[in-house]
Amino acid sequence: MPVGVKDIVATRGVPTTAGSRILEGWRPPYDATVVERMRAAGLVMLGKTNLDEFAMGSSTEYSAYGPTYNPWDLTRIPGGSGGGSAAALAAYEAPLTVGTDTGGSIRQPGAVTGTVGAKPTYGGTSRYGLVAFSSSLDTPGPCARTVEDAALLHAVLAGHDPRDSTSIPQPVPDVVGAARLGATGDLTGVRLGLVREFGAEGAEPGVMAAFRDGLDALTKLGAEVVEVSCPHFQYALPAYYLIAPSECSSNLARFDGVRYGLRVGDDGQKAIEEVMSLTREAGFGPEVKRRVIIGTYALSSGYYDAYYGQAQKVRTLITRDFTAAFEQVDVLVSPTTPFVAFPLGSRTSDPYQMYLADLYTIPTNLYGGPAISVPCGLSEGLPVGFQIMAPTLADDRMYRVAAALESAVGTLTPGELS
Amino acid sequence: MAAISREEVAHLARLSRLAVSEEEIDVFAGQLDVILQAVARVGEVVAEDIPPTSHSVPLTNVLRDDVEVPCLTPEEALAGAPDVEEGRFRVPRILEEEA
Amino acid sequence: MTVTLPPYDEVVARYEPVIGLETHVELGTKTKMFCGCPIDFGGQPNTRICPVCLGLPGSLPVANKAAIEATIRIGLALNCTIATWSRFARKNYFYPDMPKNYQISQYDEPLCVDGWLDVEVEGEIVRIGIERVHLEEDTGKTQHVGGATGRIHGATESLVDYNRAGIPLVEIVTKPVPGTGALAPIVARAYVTELRDVIRSLGVSDVRMEQGSLRCDVNTSLSLPGEPWGTRTETKNVNSLRSVERAVRSEILRQAAVLDAGGKIKQETRHLHEETGDTRPGRSKETATDYRYFPEPDLVPLAPDPAWVASLKEALPELPRVHRKRLQTDWGLSDLDMRSVVNAGAVELIEETIAAGASPRAPASGGWASWPAAPTRPASSWSRWVPRPRRWPSCSAWSTRASSTTSWPAPYWRA
Ligand SMILES: [Zn+2]
Repeated sequence: MPVGVKDIVATRGVPTTAGSRILEGWRPPYDATVVERMRAAGLVMLGKTNLDEFAMGSSTEYSAYGPTYNPWDLTRIPGGSGGGSAAALAAYEAPLTVGTDTGGSIRQPGAVTGTVGAKPTYGGTSRYGLVAFSSSLDTPGPCARTVEDAALLHAVLAGHDPRDSTSIPQPVPDVVGAARLGATGDLTGVRLGLVREFGAEGAEPGVMAAFRDGLDALTKLGAEVVEVSCPHFQYALPAYYLIAPSECSSNLARFDGVRYGLRVGDDGQKAIEEVMSLTREAGFGPEVKRRVIIGTYALSSGYYDAYYGQAQKVRTLITRDFTAAFEQVDVLVSPTTPFVAFPLGSRTSDPYQMYLADLYTIPTNLYGGPAISVPCGLSEGLPVGFQIMAPTLADDRMYRVAAALESAVGTLTPGELS
Repeated sequence: MAAISREEVAHLARLSRLAVSEEEIDVFAGQLDVILQAVARVGEVVAEDIPPTSHSVPLTNVLRDDVEVPCLTPEEALAGAPDVEEGRFRVPRILEEEA
Repeated sequence: MTVTLPPYDEVVARYEPVIGLETHVELGTKTKMFCGCPIDFGGQPNTRICPVCLGLPGSLPVANKAAIEATIRIGLALNCTIATWSRFARKNYFYPDMPKNYQISQYDEPLCVDGWLDVEVEGEIVRIGIERVHLEEDTGKTQHVGGATGRIHGATESLVDYNRAGIPLVEIVTKPVPGTGALAPIVARAYVTELRDVIRSLGVSDVRMEQGSLRCDVNTSLSLPGEPWGTRTETKNVNSLRSVERAVRSEILRQAAVLDAGGKIKQETRHLHEETGDTRPGRSKETATDYRYFPEPDLVPLAPDPAWVASLKEALPELPRVHRKRLQTDWGLSDLDMRSVVNAGAVELIEETIAAGASPRAPASGGWASWPAAPTRPASSWSRWVPRPRRWPSCSAWSTRASSTTSWPAPYWRA
């Protein structure tokens, strides 16, 4: 079974660029744990897939190696950061791919390409060998065309890894069994939570319509819809854009042209400090630089409490919102992303508009629980994703609901390919 | 009032070892101002008594035994290096002590 | 600034010195702090490294249990409170000997806090407060090439060996020590000596200053009686017991001369020059360093089980001062005689001789108490202390930074 691997995952002897010029030509001397696990399960690596540089972006336009196009409409973005992994599935170039999800980088590309993308519980899949973007959020996970395929790959990727201190030493829930159970189309007694605060944030009307169709389909299968309040979710995006850049500013410090990767400006005269600065200036793209600068700012001693420290407290409150919500419902549901695939170039000049693509996916990353995006219909001929969020370590729950939805609305294939 | 000045951007870029151009500073200053004003909303939350969350998994004491694991070969270790001399990583002259 | 130094006695009669010491100890674990690479200084450059300690993209640290245990034992021996909740933090700064351009260290949640160590000076016990004991990772070694005698200044390039990167390093920080007056340099030396002996008795490090497995930074400030403490300077790269004493003494003299001339002490890092015995400023930086500490997201918190800590405390060996007291009683030595034996570094030798069959009474009746006891001069004689015109290992052969020293010889016990 061939599998595509997002190019931020270390593959022994095979170039691993993280979509960045600074790592051009770097061949890791080791395999990521998820790659080891796939090899051991008999999966064959088909190739590496494109991504926004260091997984920072929502459109795959920030790859140093050029953008990836959406198979549904080649003038539109395939989502990001894992646009390559999602587009490869939608275009039938690969049956399975691996992604990483820090703020929605598996789910949002899944949504806008009409494929399935699952972010496992943080700590459920090993981060060892993932070129780190934001260590407390990064989670590798499966991308596939069907929920069952995603569950099968999930089962291969997941499991405790002693090389990752944040890996959870507990058995992986039976995600495959749960997907097969869900595919029978019975959700009797399952309670779906609709986050009240998401309603106010305003997704595109077409996206909301497709989402409601999905919700109706699930209620027809026996699920019950309950409105829940998560008052701090409105602060998830600001908290995320402090925490992730802070961790990234530190994680990306190692790219300095000393031990591996690009070196620029070493003319025998310049001192190391200048060579490092020229290397990083030439090796990083604009979005990475912006985030490194924001992170450096947020961690500075004068600003730490107001920014990074406060964001970590907000993270606690968001976690409490989730915990309270899961006392009332089994899973939370929402659209995966507020808008369908947008045209290339339409959001690159205004970074904050780009950040809004992750509005609904980010809260889960801050909480650490699992979430999946599964197609629920089309808006203006473009796919819409339905997001199911489950409690930490209850990855099986989201697969059950996702498979049930899939059984009701079917899978999506771009017109030209069907 | 701007959340961040052009000078601050230049200073942060220097701290981050980014040799940004003057034009980049102009562009970044405007963009970072928008972003920082947006993310500063975290300050609206009253959270004095709230403990910070740095990890979503409640694990503690994840330790390994003091047991040797094979190292990389020197060839593997140095393979990706931009410049190598006598089995070591060669770097341009060092000006400052640190930071 | 060229100034004439006032006489030491006269200076310490007018000013009150406050000292503080930060000591780094390399632990003698089998493997590094966060990876399984062996700690073995005998190897060729870059042969004891792996993706983790080379900071390759995607690699992750996992903390060495033996290093945590050793740190807690050091904390217990120094009468510290062992934290029930402790975390690693990232200290961010760029330097080529640091593979990740951040050091995994501890910041506001160290493993051990608030202890003390009693040291004996001139027959009196001085209690040195211990602020904290924390754990961090060592850096690689940088050799400067092209300049004169391996100096950082004038070098055209540098070569980096990461074999040392990631070796567990324990940092022991004292509280400020006021009130020692003219004895400040001797107290500093006695503290480092006692600390070395304590750590050696725990068997967690070979604590050899000359080989860099024990390194010391010395803080010194002066103030007038009744005034708030003065601005402190930090003297780095103090790599022998003798240098600890010299560093404090020369800083006292230098600062007094500056203050007497109406000047202000600059808070700065200085370096002891072994040839002359004086300290000189390091490179000044445009701005104060902001390390942007934050909790290390790749590691989870430490929460040492109090029962485990109690069992470690129970199992601590007899500490050196207690041990010496017992020997003194066994050997029937007077305080003064015992001090002579200790100062001559002859305790172990006598113990071994006795173990080999000599009579335990021999030291008391014989000449051991009258061993050449060079360092036990009366305090006043220190005022006439002059650096002897001896050749010491050149300090300039070392880089300006404790952690980027050019070449430490391999400690024999690890080879
Ligand atoms: Zn290693």
